[in-house]
Amino acid sequence: MVEHSYNLYLLLSAILFTIGAIGVITRRNGIIVFMCIELMLNAANLAFISATGIQKALEGMIFVFFVMTVAAAEAAVGLAIFVMIFRLKGTISVDEMNLLKG
Amino acid sequence: MGEYIWLIPSFPLVGFLLNGLLGRRMPKAFVSWVGCLSVFLSFLFSVFTFFELLRLPPEARLIEVDIFDWIISGEFVTRVGFRIDPLSIVMCLVVSGVGFLIHVYSVGYMHEDPGYPRYFTYLNLFVFMMLILVTANNVLLMFVGWEGVGLCSYLLIGFWYEKDSASNAGKKAFIVNRIGDYGFLLGIFLLLFSLGSKGVWTLNFSELEKNVNLLNENVISLITLLFFIGATGKSAQIPLYVWLPDAMEGPTPVSALIHAATMVTAGVYMIARLHFLYNLAPETMFIVALIGVLTAFLAASIGFAQYDIKRVLAYSTISQLGYMFVGVGVGAYAAGIFHLMTHAFFKALLFLGAGSVMHALAGELDMRKMGGLKKYLPTTHWTFLIACLAIAGIPGFSGFFSKDEILWKAFSSNRGSIFIYILGLVTAGMTAFYMFRLLFNVFYGKERVDEEIKHHVHESPKIMTIPLVILAILSIIGGYVGVPHVLGGGAHFEKFLEPVFKVPHEGEIHHPLSLEIGLMVLSVVVALIGIYFAYLYFLKKPELSESFVQKYPNLYRTVHNKYFVDEIYGFLFVDNLLRFGRFMKNVIDEAIIDGIVNGTGYFLRGLGSVLRFLQSGYVQAYAFSIIIGAILVVGYLLMKVTS
Repeated sequence: MVEHSYNLYLLLSAILFTIGAIGVITRRNGIIVFMCIELMLNAANLAFISATGIQKALEGMIFVFFVMTVAAAEAAVGLAIFVMIFRLKGTISVDEMNLLKG
Repeated sequence: MGEYIWLIPSFPLVGFLLNGLLGRRMPKAFVSWVGCLSVFLSFLFSVFTFFELLRLPPEARLIEVDIFDWIISGEFVTRVGFRIDPLSIVMCLVVSGVGFLIHVYSVGYMHEDPGYPRYFTYLNLFVFMMLILVTANNVLLMFVGWEGVGLCSYLLIGFWYEKDSASNAGKKAFIVNRIGDYGFLLGIFLLLFSLGSKGVWTLNFSELEKNVNLLNENVISLITLLFFIGATGKSAQIPLYVWLPDAMEGPTPVSALIHAATMVTAGVYMIARLHFLYNLAPETMFIVALIGVLTAFLAASIGFAQYDIKRVLAYSTISQLGYMFVGVGVGAYAAGIFHLMTHAFFKALLFLGAGSVMHALAGELDMRKMGGLKKYLPTTHWTFLIACLAIAGIPGFSGFFSKDEILWKAFSSNRGSIFIYILGLVTAGMTAFYMFRLLFNVFYGKERVDEEIKHHVHESPKIMTIPLVILAILSIIGGYVGVPHVLGGGAHFEKFLEPVFKVPHEGEIHHPLSLEIGLMVLSVVVALIGIYFAYLYFLKKPELSESFVQKYPNLYRTVHNKYFVDEIYGFLFVDNLLRFGRFMKNVIDEAIIDGIVNGTGYFLRGLGSVLRFLQSGYVQAYAFSIIIGAILVVGYLLMKVTS
């Protein structure tokens, strides 16, 4: 019974991750893309927590702390980048950013 | 004293360094003194060494000194070392003696040339290299000298490098010599390896002579033939003689020293030095003698129809070198070297005389614009006359003894043959003819000198005439060191060289004395006939020679153009090589090599231009491909787990 509920958590995590991934690919607004990335990270966090419950071990928890730290740092840097891009181009639409085109 | 033989070549080296490094900043007198004195010291030393050798018993006349180890490779050790024996001391005396006289002459001849210090630098370097060549005690050091004289020859032919013809002649000489040197080098390799495979790693002459019996007969034939190819290049024999006539572009004393007296005889010396190899290769010996006599004949015939006095002398040199090869080719090494020595005297004299004529006539070389110079240039005239008599082989002059010795050996020795003798005899008559043609055209008959030049005609200064006189004396008395037994002489020259060549006396056919005397008379008669015809055609009835030319215009044109050999070589080799070179440049280098290099670049650029479409610059496209990749990886792993 208990294991079964953990599987539900994992399923939720997978759904959240998929939503996030599809959002990253399809959305044009940079901020929303960003939010989707956060969604993916948090889906991963949920998977870690579930795994901790299954395994009865604490390592997964520790990973979650790291992921949250990285997500915070990434959000700070990413938002700063978007501010700069907005100043440069007047938009944060991801479509417009193709300076690295080969 | 014997320990110091290395000093003989080192004086000119010092002279070369002094003149080469300081010459331009020093007064001319310094350059002249350094140049002449260094060679003179070598000459003095050679004379001392010569008397030192004479004091020793004949069999012990060999001084060998090793200076230092040069190349050490496993069992093979080559040392820089010198060797003085009767053969090399004769060469030393000729090189340094005649060389010294020519240096002195050059002081007068080159007086006004702006390249004066450079000239003496090269000349001293040449004497140094030549002395290395003749005193080396191993083949490799000899090769160093061999290449060194070739280099100096190139530098001095192209001495007036502003002149296109001079620099081209220098290049021609160098390239043709390189062809011969290639043969020489292959010969050295073959000799080294074929002896080495028998366990004897050496190139030292004495050790080679001791171990020569280890070699297979065919290998010896091949080695000697390769060495002879080297000799044909350096000593201007068929087929590589074409460079020597062009070498006359250099200053006249250079022609006298390098292209008449010393360097071109290096091939003869080399064969004499390696006589122990050649003795075991009768086929090669026959080829040597045959090439020698054919060259002598061919060159003499070309000499008939040349008007440039230096070119006539150049062909005469080729022809006389042919005689020397006949001498060494029939096993009469002493006779070959004897002719080498007397030839050095009279040919140097002829060239210096020609230089004196040029000096008087403001550089005129065409004998059609000379004539009647006898009364203007008395000293030049009579020294020239002596040289002509010597080269024609008139009894009493040096050329008679040496040339006759060669002809007699060509006839009598078991290596000789009647064909070679007859061709040699005919050539002797031809030699007399073209030399006296030259003499009569230049010094006798009608004066054909341009009026303008005529006012300035003057005898050369003392510094030029004194060497002429000394050489003229040598051209007379030089022969008396080798008067044959049949004329009541002691054949001292041959006896002196005997310990080197160890002439085998057994198996020789003894000819009656009357035969030897008869042949001697015959060759004198032939020479006199040659002189008479020259007198008839060019002095008494000059119209005869003109009518001859008109009667046989094709023959005349062929001979005058040197049988078109240069053109044939040009067509066969030079053009084809140029074509080959152009092919290599245009096709192999530019199309293939460059094609590969550039093609690599083009290929990668093309590849990039395809792949660069993948790099759209859109972050989302990248994210998409990451996700696809992740799905594929995860899918693959899942499949592995489930199956």
